[in-house]
Parts: sequence; C-alpha cells; structure tokens
Amino acid sequence: MSVIYVLWLREVKRYMRSRAQIIGSLGQPLLYLLVLGFGFGAVFERAGQGSYLQFVAPGVIGMGILFTSIFSGIGLLWDRQFGFLKETLVAPVPRLQIMAGRTLGGATIAVIQGALVLVVCILAGFRPQSFAGVPLALAFMALIAIVFAALGTAIGSTLRDMQGFQLIMNFLIMPIFFLSGALFPLENLPTALTIATRLDPLSYGIDGLRAAFIDVSHIGVMVDATVLAVLAALFLILGSWAFSKIQV
Amino acid sequence: MIKVQALSKVFGDPKSDKAVKAVNDVTFEVEKGEIFAFLGPNGAGKTTTIQMLTTLLQPTSGSMTIDGLDPVADPLEVRKRFGIVFQDPSVDMELTAYENMDLHGVLYHMPRKLRTERIETLLTLFELWDRRKSLLKTFSGGMRRRLEIARGLLHTPKILFLDEPTLGLDPQSRNQLWTLVKQLNETEGVTVFLTTHYMDEAERTAQRVAIIDHGRIVAQGTAQQLREQTGADSLEGAFLKLTGTTIRDEASTSADQMRQMAKMWQRGRR
Repeated sequence: MSVIYVLWLREVKRYMRSRAQIIGSLGQPLLYLLVLGFGFGAVFERAGQGSYLQFVAPGVIGMGILFTSIFSGIGLLWDRQFGFLKETLVAPVPRLQIMAGRTLGGATIAVIQGALVLVVCILAGFRPQSFAGVPLALAFMALIAIVFAALGTAIGSTLRDMQGFQLIMNFLIMPIFFLSGALFPLENLPTALTIATRLDPLSYGIDGLRAAFIDVSHIGVMVDATVLAVLAALFLILGSWAFSKIQV
Repeated sequence: MIKVQALSKVFGDPKSDKAVKAVNDVTFEVEKGEIFAFLGPNGAGKTTTIQMLTTLLQPTSGSMTIDGLDPVADPLEVRKRFGIVFQDPSVDMELTAYENMDLHGVLYHMPRKLRTERIETLLTLFELWDRRKSLLKTFSGGMRRRLEIARGLLHTPKILFLDEPTLGLDPQSRNQLWTLVKQLNETEGVTVFLTTHYMDEAERTAQRVAIIDHGRIVAQGTAQQLREQTGADSLEGAFLKLTGTTIRDEASTSADQMRQMAKMWQRGRR
C-alpha cells in the first residue's frame, strides 16, 4: 500500500507544483465555454433548448477531465525513456502496484482539474440546478477520470515513439470528445451518429454530469454509472496488462 | 557476484533473416567487491546485457545469476540486490533531491529511520545535502548524476550497475564521480559493473575489463593484460586493435529519436 501511496502522492505533488500547466490546461475548456457558450447561445435558445452555457458547461468539465487524465497516461511514453518510470520498473515492487499508483494519481489530478473548470464555469455564469447534485457530479467526474487515465496508461504502454501520439490525438481523443455530446444534444441525430455516440465512453460521463448538474439526462443515470464502472474495470485490466508488457 | 553463462539475446524472430543477435554466447564472471568495466563500441550489446542482468529484458538463451539468484526466475529478489544508474536520466525533475531519495527508499521497503539516516549520509558524501530541498530541474548534469548514484546506493545493494554514467559531463565532474564510486567500493564493498566510452576512466577505475563487439566478448582481463595481449600502449589502443576502427552506424531507434527531441527541448539540462 505504501508504494501505491507514494507514487500517487508523487503525481499529485508534481501537479500542484506546475502552476503553468494548471493554468495552461484551463485555457482550452475556457475557450470552448466562452466562445461556444456565448457564440451559440442565441441560436440554441431560439431552437427552444434553453441556455447553451448551462448545456455546454458539463461538457466542458468532462473535456477538462478527459484531456488531463488521458495525457497523464500517455506521459508514460516519455517517462519511460527520460523519467522516473525506469527507476520504478527495477524496484522490487510488482508492476501492478506501480500502475495503480500512477493511474490513480493521474485520475486524482484530472478530478482536481475538472473541479477547477467547474469553478471557472460558475464564474462565467453557469448555475448548477442545486448543490445536492454536486456529490453525484463528483462521482461521475471520478469515474470519467479513472476510465481515461487507465486507457491512457494502456496507450502509453504500447506506443513506441512520439509520432504515434499525433495519431492517437486525432483519431482517438478528438473523436471521443466530439462524439460525446459535450457540445450538442444527443437527440434526433442521424442513425450512424447515434451509434457512434453510444460507442463513446465519454457520452455516458457527460450525460451523467448533465443529470447531476442541470437535471437533464438522455441515457439515464443508472445506465451511465454502470457503463462507466464496467469500462473503468475493463480499462484498468487492459492498462495493467499493457503496463506489465513494457520493456525498457 | 555475477555469473553469466552462454547468454544470448535475439531480437525479432530467430528463424528469419532480420533477426538481430544483440548478445551472442557471452560468458563472464564478476567477483565480489570488484570494479568491472564492460566496454564496447555503440551497438555492441552492453546495454542489452545490463538490461538482462537487471530483469528488464528476458534472455533468448543461456543462464545468469546475480548473487546466486536467477533474474528470470526471481526478479523481485534480484532487484533488491542491485542499484542502477541508467544511460538516460531517471530522476524526477519536479521533485527535490530529498524527495527523490525518499521515494526510492519507500520503493525498496526501507524503514523510515534507516531511510532518513542513510539519505543524510549519502547526500552529505555526494555533496548534495545543502541542496536537498532544491528541485532536480535546477541541478547541473553532474549533480543529477551524483544524485542518481547516491540513490542507487541507498538500499545498500550488493551490486551497482553504471551504464555510461559520465556521458556528457565535464572532466571535473567525471573525475569526482569516479573518485566517489571507488571510495564506496572500498568502504561498502559494493561490486561495480560499469560501461563507459572513456577508456582512460575504465583503465583507472576498473580492476578487470571485458570488451564486447558485435554481441561477442572479444577479450577480457586486467587493463595491463589487454595491453600486453595486443601490444598497445594504452587501453584505448588495445580497444581499437580489438574492435577495429570502423565507425558503427546504428540504425536510429525510437529511443534515439526521443533523445534528439529531449536535447532540443531541454537544452542545458544535461
């Protein structure tokens, strides 16, 4: 346990110390929130869907968590060659513990980052339905973070060079974000798009966050939570397996 | 302390033509308390051998023991017995010197009291105690290397592996580093297994030398024996006579490409 704890603590310490990174990674969600939030606001309202800012804020929070958690996993690639990872791989510690400490650390950071985005959203005018929904929202934030931190670990363990990173970014992370319903409602979509959105793990996370924050759900909270929990378990197993195969 | 018998590592399918024999039927022994230099041109198989000895890579055939234990069968026990300094840095730049050391102690299951005492002893010896609260990213290349060696010795290993530890350091830092390694070899009796491209360092520091080329050991013995054997007046001369003067152009690996990028991004860091 102490090994998992120190590795977790290391991730959190590193995050807390890199103020530039914290502020930097707030930039992208902020851009989406302000530009899209106010840009689409008028059209969205005229279509009878209410306030777009209210709608998009949970999506932007999910986005912050997605990027932070998946990057923490992919960071493995760099860490393996030029960082601390090699030091842990020759330590008399089972790899499962190393993977667990790292992934939980990455997930924790992502939740903190998500909470920061939430604060920014509130400053920009986002108003959650009630504060009673906050614990549920935090639970969904944690689930999203674990799912993608584990997926990131699996990817980071398999990638061989930095070129692969671009591929992952454009063909996996961006589609996950755009197909998740973070930016548009999942109703009345063409069939192909409906199927694609249902295959996207983040859809369930965003739907859960919307249920918690603004009491709007398309899929249903129970389904959301179940799908995410199952995926979290699955990706953790996949991540551990990929991690155990790393050769330095 | 280290026994290697007919060790081979083949990358790729052994039956195809593309298979690369990185290490080919290598046999050697390192005595307890000895400083042993493992020398060879780029791509000769030095790092691959170290990776197999340190449980990071599985051998294709052959056998080895570290302090009587098999790294393949018993990796966790073997890992407790050695410390290692890798070719590329493996410290955490965002943590302080002390935190890096402490984390290592926890990973090696050292009790807190022992940990604190030994960290202070080693950091003092390596002249880093005054800087213990500084983040590693503010350290010079030589200081980082010193910290890595201090860290490798923290859990009082029986063997210390040093894979090109002086790469990119100025003569002063290199000199200081080897003085410290020799000193600890004498006081703590730690066996040292090192690789380097600086022949003068190997000649001054190591009691015995093995030269590996194209995955095979071409000579081993004391530096003097190798000089006599080849009729050269220095170990460097002997090395060149044994391995030839052809430049080894290795195919660039993903690690090399990342090293290139690391150089561009973190100029002046190492």
